[in-house]
Parts: sequence; C-alpha cells; structure tokens
Amino acid sequence: MLSFSGIQKITNQYITRILLFIGCLFFIQAALSQTVITGKIKDGRGHPVPGVSITIKNSFDGATSDSSGNYQFSTSDTGSRQITVSSIGYRPLEQPILLEGKSIRLDLQLREEPNEMKAVTITAGSFSAGDSKRGAVLSSLDVATTAGSNADITAALKTLPGAQQVGEQEGLFVRGGTSQETKQFIDGSLVNNPYYTSVPDISTRGRFSPFLFKGTVFSTGGYSALYGQALSSVVLLESIDLPEKSEVDASISPIVVGVGTQQLAANKKSSWGISYNYVNVGLYFGLVKQQPDYFRLPQFHSGDANFRFKTKSGGMVKYYTTFNYNQMGLRRPDLDSPGLKNAFDLGNHNWYNNLSWREYLKNGWKMNLSASYSTNLDDISQQVQGANNEAHFYSDSIFWMKNKNFTLKNRQDLAQTRAVFEKKLGGLSALRFGGEYWYNYNPFTYQDTARTLRDNMFAGFVETDIYLTNELAAKIGLRYEYSSLIRKSDLAPRISLAYKTGKDAQISAAYGIFYQKAENQQLFYTPDLGFTRATHYILNYQKMTKDQMFRVEAYYKKYRDLIKTEPVNYYYFNYNNSGSAEAKGIEFFWRDKKTFENFDYWISYSYLDTKRDYLNYPGEITPNFASKNTVSLVMKRFFTDWKTGFNLTYTYASGRPYYNFMINSSGKYYTADQGHTKDYHSLNFSMEYVPSIGKTNPKTFVVLFASMSNVLGYHPVYGYNYSFSGQNRQAIEPPANRFYFVGCFLSWGVDRTQDAINNNL
Amino acid sequence: MKPILFTFLLLLAYSSQAQSDRYTEAMKKNLAAFGAAKTTADFQAVANTFERIGDAEKTQWLPYYYAGLSLSTAGWSDPNLDKDANSTRINALCDKAETIEKNAEIYALRNMSATQQMMVDPQTRWQTYGQQASAFLQSGLKLDPDNPRLYYLQGESVMNTPEAFGGGKAKAKPIFEKAVELFKKEQPKPMYPHWGQERAEEELAKCQ
Repeated sequence: MLSFSGIQKITNQYITRILLFIGCLFFIQAALSQTVITGKIKDGRGHPVPGVSITIKNSFDGATSDSSGNYQFSTSDTGSRQITVSSIGYRPLEQPILLEGKSIRLDLQLREEPNEMKAVTITAGSFSAGDSKRGAVLSSLDVATTAGSNADITAALKTLPGAQQVGEQEGLFVRGGTSQETKQFIDGSLVNNPYYTSVPDISTRGRFSPFLFKGTVFSTGGYSALYGQALSSVVLLESIDLPEKSEVDASISPIVVGVGTQQLAANKKSSWGISYNYVNVGLYFGLVKQQPDYFRLPQFHSGDANFRFKTKSGGMVKYYTTFNYNQMGLRRPDLDSPGLKNAFDLGNHNWYNNLSWREYLKNGWKMNLSASYSTNLDDISQQVQGANNEAHFYSDSIFWMKNKNFTLKNRQDLAQTRAVFEKKLGGLSALRFGGEYWYNYNPFTYQDTARTLRDNMFAGFVETDIYLTNELAAKIGLRYEYSSLIRKSDLAPRISLAYKTGKDAQISAAYGIFYQKAENQQLFYTPDLGFTRATHYILNYQKMTKDQMFRVEAYYKKYRDLIKTEPVNYYYFNYNNSGSAEAKGIEFFWRDKKTFENFDYWISYSYLDTKRDYLNYPGEITPNFASKNTVSLVMKRFFTDWKTGFNLTYTYASGRPYYNFMINSSGKYYTADQGHTKDYHSLNFSMEYVPSIGKTNPKTFVVLFASMSNVLGYHPVYGYNYSFSGQNRQAIEPPANRFYFVGCFLSWGVDRTQDAINNNL
Repeated sequence: MKPILFTFLLLLAYSSQAQSDRYTEAMKKNLAAFGAAKTTADFQAVANTFERIGDAEKTQWLPYYYAGLSLSTAGWSDPNLDKDANSTRINALCDKAETIEKNAEIYALRNMSATQQMMVDPQTRWQTYGQQASAFLQSGLKLDPDNPRLYYLQGESVMNTPEAFGGGKAKAKPIFEKAVELFKKEQPKPMYPHWGQERAEEELAKCQ
C-alpha cells in the first residue's frame, strides 16, 4: 500500500522523467525533421499565380505565394502528408508529400475553375438584357426610362443596333427582315399575338409590361436551336420568379388607370398577383388633336393574374395569364373618290396563358417544361362612307371600291407544350435537348367565306455548349421541324463560337439556317407553300466592363424561298416560294455609365444594305421598310438632390424607299411610281420624379412620370398609299405629331428591414 | 496500473494544453501579422494563415472570422480588388465559422462583405446587396443587441447614404453615439474582436 504522498512522489518522478524525455524527443525531432518546402505556382498557361494558399493538411504550416508565384515554408511534421493548394478562381489541388527532413521543391500548376463570370459567352447576334444576367444591356428599369419608349419593350429594343425605325407598323424589323420574321417567346413559349391589334398604318404597343420580366435577350441573328420559326430575330423574355416583397400598386393618368397587387407568402416560397388596367384616350384626344376621325375611341382593358411557387428541390412553377380587350374605329379619306371616307372598325379579344415548371433533377440534370395556350379574336370591318357617314355599296365591276367594304373575323388559337432537358457536362459545358408541339387553329371568315387552318407542328432540338477553356467556347445545335399543314419538314443547323481575346474583350462568330412557315393569310390561298429560309453569318467583337460596353458586329444574311404573290386577277392571288433576298451590314454600339457621373448614355449605329424580291415586288429591290443608316442616342441623367431623372432619346433614320406596284396587261407587277422619303428624325423626352427615393422606411413609393415624343415637332412621312389608278397618293403619317403622357405610379409595400434596426436604437 | 493511467491522463492534459497553447500562439502571431499588414497581398497571406489554423483546429470560429476580416480590410483599402471574388471568399469563410458558432461578429463581417459588393455599383446593386447588408445587421442585432460594431457599421452606412436617400450626418450621429457608448462598456475575451472604437469616435466627431 502506498500512501498518498508516496503516490505523489512517484508521480512527480514519472513526470519529471517523462517531461525530460518528451523535451528531448521534441528537440531531436525538431533538429532532425525541419522540412523546408519551396516552389512556384503557375496557371495553365505558365503564368505565376500570386496569393495562393499552400498548406500541409490539418497543420498550421503553410505559406502564400508571392507576386511571382513563389512560396517557401518549413514544417516540423514528418512522414506522409497531404499538401493542399487553393486560390480563388482555381480548382483546389491536393497531393501527397513525404516529409523526411530534406528540402523539397514542389512546383505546381493550377487549373482554372470554370467561372461563368470570367468565361467567354457567345455574344454573336444577341443582346442580353435584364437585371439578373451579366452583360445586361437593358434592365426593365432601363426600358421604362428610355425616352420615347413609354415602358414598351419593343420601343426600347429599337434603340439597339439591328432594329429599323418603322413608325407605321408595330414589331421589330431586324436586319432587312420584316416584322413577321421576329418572334417573341415568354419562358420558352411562342407568343402568337404580342402586340395589340392595330389599324393599318398606326402602330400599337406590346401587351406585356417590362416589369414582368427579369431578363430579356434580343437576338438579331444566329440564335439558338432551342427556338425556331423566325427568319431574322427572336426576343426571349424570362419572367421573374418571386417578387421581392408584397405590395399594392396603382397608376393614375388621364389616359390610363390601373390597380394591382403582388403577395409574397411569409416563407418566401410562393406568391400570387393580380392587376387590371384600363386605357381610354377620350380625354387625351379632346386635348391633343388627332388626324383621323375616331368614331370609336381607342379603349383597352387588360387584366392579368399569376401564381408562382418554389418546389422542394429549388425548382419553380409559374403560371401567368392575361386577358386583353381593345377596340377602335376611325375614318380616313378615301383615295379613289374625293369626298368619300373609309371607316375602319376593330375589336380584339386576347387571352394568353403560360404555365412553366423548372426543376433541378439528380446528377446535374435540369428540366424545363412549359405549356401555353392563347386565343386571339380580331373582329374587323371597313365601310366606304359618304359625307354624312352613310354607307356606299358597289357592284362587281367596280371591284376596287367593292373590296373596301368588308368584314373579317379572324380567330387564332395556339396551344403549345415544350420540354427541354439539360445536363451539365463538367465545368460550364452542357448538353440540351428537347421537343415542342404547337397546335394552331385558325378559323377565318372574310365576308361570307369561312375557312379554317389547322396545323400540328413538331420540333425537336439538340444543342451543346462546349467550353474548351474559359477562353474558347462553342455552341452547336440542330433543330428539326415538321408541319402537318404543309406536310414539310426542315433541318436547321446552328453553330457559334466565342474566343476571349483579353480580360473584357472577345470575338464571336455565328452561322445558322433558319426556317419559317408562310403566314396564315398566304396559306389560306395556297396551302402547300414550303418553308421560307434564311442563312446567317455573323462576326462580332465586344469589349465590356461594368460601366462601359463597346460592340461591333458585321453580318451577311441570305434568304431563299420567300413568298411571292402571283396575281390571278386584280383581287385574287396565289402564292409561291420563288422569292429571295440578301442583307448585309455592320453595326456599332457604345454604352457608357462611367465617364460622367450619374449620366448614362448609349449610341447605336446600324448600316444596312439589303435587296429583296418578295410578295408583289417586280424584282430584287430595297424593301420599303429598310433605311440604310440608323442612329440612336439615348441619354439618362438622374439628379439625386432633386430626386428627378431626365431622359432624352434622339433617333435618326435615312429615308426609306417607297413604291407603287401595279399589274400590267400581261398580269405582271411593275413599278408605277417610286421614290425616297425624307430622313426621319425624332427627339423624345421623359422625366421621372421619385419623392420617396431612399427614404429609410417608405410606406408609399411614388413615381411621377411625364413624357413627350418628337419634341422638335419634326413631321415624319413613312411612305405613301396610292389610289387604285395610281394617280393619287397620300402620305402615311402618324395620327398626331406628338404624344404626351403624364402619370403617377404608386406602390405600397411592406418592408420591415429598416424598421427592425431603427427600433433597436 | 494506477500510476500509469494517471500519467497517461496527465500526458493527455499536457498535450491538449500544448495544443491550445500552440493555437493561441499561432493566433497571436498571426494577429500581429494582421496588425502589420499593409498591402492586399499581406492581407491575403494573413487570411490564408488564419484559414489554415481554422482548418487544422476544426472547433474554433475565430480563425475563420479573422481570415474574413483580413480580406474585408483588403476590400476597404484596395480600390482595384475584385470585390465580388473577395466577398465570395469572405462569405465562404463566414459559412465555415457558422458551422461552429453563429454570432453577431460573423454577421458584422457578412454585412461588410455585402456592403463592399453593393458599392461596386450602388445604383443597380442597392436593391440586392444593400438589402442583404441591412438584413445581416438585423440578424446580428437579434443575437447581440449590444454589439458596438453593428452600430458602428450601421452608422457608416447611414452617413454614406446621400441625404436625399434618407442618410446623412444628422441621422448617423445618434447611431455612432450609441456605438461609442457600447464600445466603452465592451470587455472582450482574449483574442475576441475588439476593433472599431477609434473609427466610431472619429466618425462621431465628423457628425458634430
């Protein structure tokens, strides 16, 4: 038995001995095994990488590489260890190392992490816009604050290069293409009637508010195989996922009133919203004289609703529906008979639905499913009227007058389903494939003749993004389409390449073949028309920093199988695929938010050289919607002290050709008259006053907005309409020289972030 | 057997003592290096060392916090630094620290990281990063309503916001006062964050 003190004594002896032993051990170990490791860190191209952390795993020992990539450190660890190397922008590296007390030289090469921010993107032909996308060219706020746009997406896109300034028709005329050659897609689904139905020679707005979308891509050519049936261009609109907060909105103006709400669930996983707008220009037309005599004032009702929710695995389901009704009726002088008038009456119902489901699946797969249904009914009539608005009727022998009295009911239904699957292939490379099905139903009644078109259209597509390095990427795609109506199929290859030439600069190139079905109005007459076709070649250079962007793009576009009109007699036509066209040009874009404080401006210039033989053209000539030179200068300046922003847009387009084609005695078209319109100038102004901006806890958010188009009062002429005889002509002009708008936009939102902080003071 | 067992326990105690001494020593040495750091390269090297200590220790949040703070200091002082990449790394360090402990200091760091990203382009990023920054402040204050650094950071944010946007010196003054008052009361544990008092006093003087 040992006493307590005994134990303590022995223990003390033990400890002393052990400590001594351990001390020696440490000393010996330190003397023996201090390993010095030196080396150099390089990247894939042999350039030194500074700031890299080199570490013996699970120890404190390590170093950071210096500006020439060199590092050095010593460690007392021994044996087999792991060395880890890490740095922002590079793939982490781990490798075994044997520490034996001898100096080690370890040079390492790091591989760049594929990085969406740094990697090259294919920019040939496309402008990305939106708040979420990098390389955003226009955000939804930009659309709203571009003078002259009055928050119309199309109007804002027209300030970008590639689009023509065609004032008498809605739509985007891109690079020598007609407005039918540009199609709009919302979350992947085609929008059949993106604009309010218009009367001839007066353009209308788009149906969709820019604030519905988080991203917009305006492709002026060479677009992806995921989309088709557009010879020239696509506008891809990506709807927002969830609103940032719940709010109630209202807008008040002499022209439009609207109310709406967005409600975000407390868990921020779902939301719903509704809104309603009513436009009545009665008061406005009383104040600002319009050229046509409106017997039915333009009125627009539009309501929309949406719900959206996040799925468990981070996917998203979105439903959006909008219903629109618009009407107008106007009288304009008849060109053939002085004293007579043409009374044009229009009613339009449109219902649009879009349901989409985006889901992240296992193993890097992503799925996008969407379905959409839209129905559009145009109810149009025209009547020749006398001085007291009494109807005039004509016999068959005066067919040119008789045909001016007509009624037309045109219903266009489109149902679509679409599935796209995407698989990430390591890094940024990806494979995408999928298919879509479109059902078109188009009953059409002209006078008392009813016809119906039905088309089942299928498309399948496959596309791959190949990132050889962060600097070099290719996108290769193939699209197949089949239309049951024309019983024809097509196969469209698309290829684009991009190479990064510097930190912010890159060149890209694109090639692709694009097909489009003939318009339904043509298929009613000739149902077996083949696909029209365009081939695009695009070369692009872009240099972009956060605040500045320079872009130059050259293209060549070759059309074939365009639709030509064959007159059967003066009022009956057949169509064939014998048309052709070509377009070439160069475009510049410069945007700068940096040089002048709080001042943002961009300049677009487009040069277009195009010839086209289609419809009733007697041969390949410059089409009447094509200007050789188009320039836009957009300027925005926000004065923080005044809480006010001022915006100016100046647009110039060189004169366009105009023609009058008539039929000669052998039934062929010839040019009876032609000329060039004068150059087009327009200076538009808008301003917004935001009194609640930056208030720490604004309960009400107010924006007062005012705009005026064509400040300088320039009088544009878009072209001429001719009488049947060709003897009289009348200039095509806007219904009023200027457009004014004032409005107040209010939103009441609930944001408690600042509240909570202030309450803690 | 008993003495052997006892010795074994003692040795274990000794080695863990040695371990934590080694940690303290490494931290103190690197905190001194942090204090002496001037260039972005210095701050990055200091951050790398702190992260190495954190990775080896596995149970300490302070090394990750200081690694992030060092990068954040680089972010404030180097106008040419890629703020997005820097903040991405700071956020990753905050994530690592929070697997060990969630606290107000880490939220203060997150606030600075978001603020730096916002300042790249305040007009367009205010809605995203600005909101994030204030949400981090709020979360931090929930965990520690008396954290002086959170008030100091809030004061900075208010002072640097134009008056037209609801900021300005007059509004920042009471916040800095509160920060300074809390700084005076603060009694941090060894090696725990204790920065900001001087800055807060300087800023308060500017508001007078």
